[in-house]
Amino acid sequence: MVLTDTPAKLVYERPEALGTTVTHYCPGCTHGVAHRLVAEVLEEMSEVGNTIGVASVGCSVFAYNYFDFDFVEAAHGRAPAMATGIKRVLPDKTVFTYQGDGDLASIGMGEIVGAASRGELITVVFINNANYGMTGGQMAPTTLPGQKTTSSPTGRDVKRQGYPIQTAELLSTLEGSAYIVRRSLHNSREIRRAKKAIRTAFEVQKKGLGFALVELLSTCPTNWHLTPVEARDWIEERMMPVFPLGDYKISSAVADLKV
Amino acid sequence: MQKEVIISGFGGQGVLFIGKLLAYTGLDEDKEVTWIPSYGPEMRGGTANCTVVVSDEEIGSPFVKNPTAVIAMNLPSLDKYEDMVKPGGVLVVNASMVNRSVKRDDIKVVSIPANDIAEELGSTRSANMVMLGALLGNLELLSLDAVEKALEKHMPQRQQKFLEGNKQALRRGAAYEVSEPVMA
Amino acid sequence: MAKELIKGNTAVAEAALRAGLEAYFGYPITPQTELLEHLSARMPELGRPFVQAESELGAINMVYGAACTGKRVMTSSSSPGVSLMMEGLSYIAGTEIPAVLVDVVRGGPGLGNIAPAQGDYNQIVHGGGHGDYHMIVLAPASVQEAVDMTGLAFDLAEKYRYIVTILLDGSIGQMMEPAELPPMQPLKTDVPDWAVRGTNGGEKRVLTSINLDPPAQEVMNLRLMKRWQEIEQNEVRYKEYFLDDAEYVVVGFGTAGRIALSAVRAAREKGIKVGLLRPITVAPFPKDILEELTGKVKAFLVVEMNSGMMLEDVRLVVRGRKPVEFFGRMGGVVPFPDEILTEINQLVEGLLTTEGHPRDRWLARLEKTIG
Repeated sequence: MVLTDTPAKLVYERPEALGTTVTHYCPGCTHGVAHRLVAEVLEEMSEVGNTIGVASVGCSVFAYNYFDFDFVEAAHGRAPAMATGIKRVLPDKTVFTYQGDGDLASIGMGEIVGAASRGELITVVFINNANYGMTGGQMAPTTLPGQKTTSSPTGRDVKRQGYPIQTAELLSTLEGSAYIVRRSLHNSREIRRAKKAIRTAFEVQKKGLGFALVELLSTCPTNWHLTPVEARDWIEERMMPVFPLGDYKISSAVADLKV
Repeated sequence: MQKEVIISGFGGQGVLFIGKLLAYTGLDEDKEVTWIPSYGPEMRGGTANCTVVVSDEEIGSPFVKNPTAVIAMNLPSLDKYEDMVKPGGVLVVNASMVNRSVKRDDIKVVSIPANDIAEELGSTRSANMVMLGALLGNLELLSLDAVEKALEKHMPQRQQKFLEGNKQALRRGAAYEVSEPVMA
Repeated sequence: MAKELIKGNTAVAEAALRAGLEAYFGYPITPQTELLEHLSARMPELGRPFVQAESELGAINMVYGAACTGKRVMTSSSSPGVSLMMEGLSYIAGTEIPAVLVDVVRGGPGLGNIAPAQGDYNQIVHGGGHGDYHMIVLAPASVQEAVDMTGLAFDLAEKYRYIVTILLDGSIGQMMEPAELPPMQPLKTDVPDWAVRGTNGGEKRVLTSINLDPPAQEVMNLRLMKRWQEIEQNEVRYKEYFLDDAEYVVVGFGTAGRIALSAVRAAREKGIKVGLLRPITVAPFPKDILEELTGKVKAFLVVEMNSGMMLEDVRLVVRGRKPVEFFGRMGGVVPFPDEILTEINQLVEGLLTTEGHPRDRWLARLEKTIG
């Protein structure tokens, strides 16, 4: 093998918008991937200095430590309301919330439905990992039928504990929703598709087309008691049948959008 | 000097409006005034009442148990407020809507067929103005002239066409001769 | 500007707008609704944001978000709605940002009714939300005072980065009185150095109420408390009536205070040397004047439209040195002046005591009345 003095080609770099904070997320957790995608998209759109993020309560409560731009921290479930307040007084800023499934689909269902129905010009990055991660793996509104968690120790019994909430499907019924899609972070192909969706969701806001939400199926190896690799398979085999990937609402104006 | 008036009747009888008219007149005459309605479920359909206080100094309570005067537009209002009028005060009763006589003999009672008079003038809707006129004619509170001016000034544009009719109703009420026995 | 006859709720809404209100978020509830309705028309006229939220939870958190940008923002509600807002109020206090809340109090607890009451005193003055925080609480007693306090509320909120609550009750909200509204102020143009605004190349700003490190949280607590001491020093407001030669003093705030004024005047006509202390700020509480009066007068009568909430603040100052009696009506019942006059008479004629609790004696008397 001949070594040339051609400089190495840079193929991977930390987006500056992501800062240098060392991760506190568990090994194999895809929160970090989702953070990175958001940072890359904002950088590509030259929106980093124009963005205000709204963190929520859950594992991503410290999301603002990773992103190198202005952030506020909402009460549990209230991020869409807080984002509404910010966006209404600063309509030229890019405002997004980053919420988990307990935050958005349980305690914050009123706020997310309100924001979507008003067609708030905000972007929502919604992490669905089928459990309450931060508090140690309890049953979430997204927990699968039969799935064991610390608060459904014999598996979620739908007769007693109800059915998982399909957020993207639900919000897609609202007129104010312009762009509602579900993607996954379990392999590189889906991650690329997820990034494109996040980009679209921010473009929808920039162009004032309506409410935009990207639901991301995400791994939680620690609470699922799986290895990172097994966790990725678990998304494909167990989660995707209940939470099918796809575009649930693409308003006609969004359909015309070129990203 | 402070005087208080409670005006009471069915919703739709214009009870709140003549109360406001009194309050506006007080404002224009540089008096201290308060106007407070009963509010809530009862304001939709049932009885309505408001309390108006007119004073020369800072008003304490806007709520009054024993007012100087009561305008009772219907029987339930008479039943509710007859006993509350301050001794020596004035009770104006809408005789068109009330089928009993007043029991009190320590107050001035003005029993006036306001609906009939208003109908004579063209519309029963101005019965409230007849009643207010009757109060002004029997209690030194605010002048009829001042009330007419306030009516001109504060009546919403869309109701200005009723101005003359309302003034007439006020004057007829003010000029009404009390036929019932006056205070003991 | 000339005086106009205006309803309390509408007057506060218009006064807020003229004080440079930049966004309003609210949810309908009686007896506060005219405030929201007025702004639903006026704010869009002026190109300013108005949002009818999905709930009071939504409303207060919209205020939280908008307040993080340094804008002048407010919400308004009535007791049950304010209970829902407690979460957001604690977060706003914990983030040290200014906001204004109007609470048009109604009868409770629970759904209660829509009549005027003062039963929110404890949840507003002594904190309904969690954690160590205070709010500045202004308790006007007339439409004009409510107008004046509205402008002041924004100034105080921004000066101290505190929540200011305007504590009204259903009667001030629903009552019409002559009031002079302030002239229209221009909107603020400066962005505070703590507000989020998009870095645009500048330093990153994060606003949060989270502080996982207890010693660091305690430093923040200390900062809040120091500022509260400053507020107690500088911002006490009250109005006094006939106090110069008073042997007896009635203490009442808001509507109860002005109703007591009628009773005090009637007592004066009978030659009773009684005065009235009407706190306008119930937080900070006017302790100094009360301390001064404690040295001078024979006894106090506290009058409220609740079960004796401010009573405890009065007792903390008087500390048993003079008799304190209490009279209250609850549940949306408004006391009439003659009831308070009866209480004043009893104070003058009765056996004064510093033993026992005034609430117990009042309850015994009240039971006989309403049994």
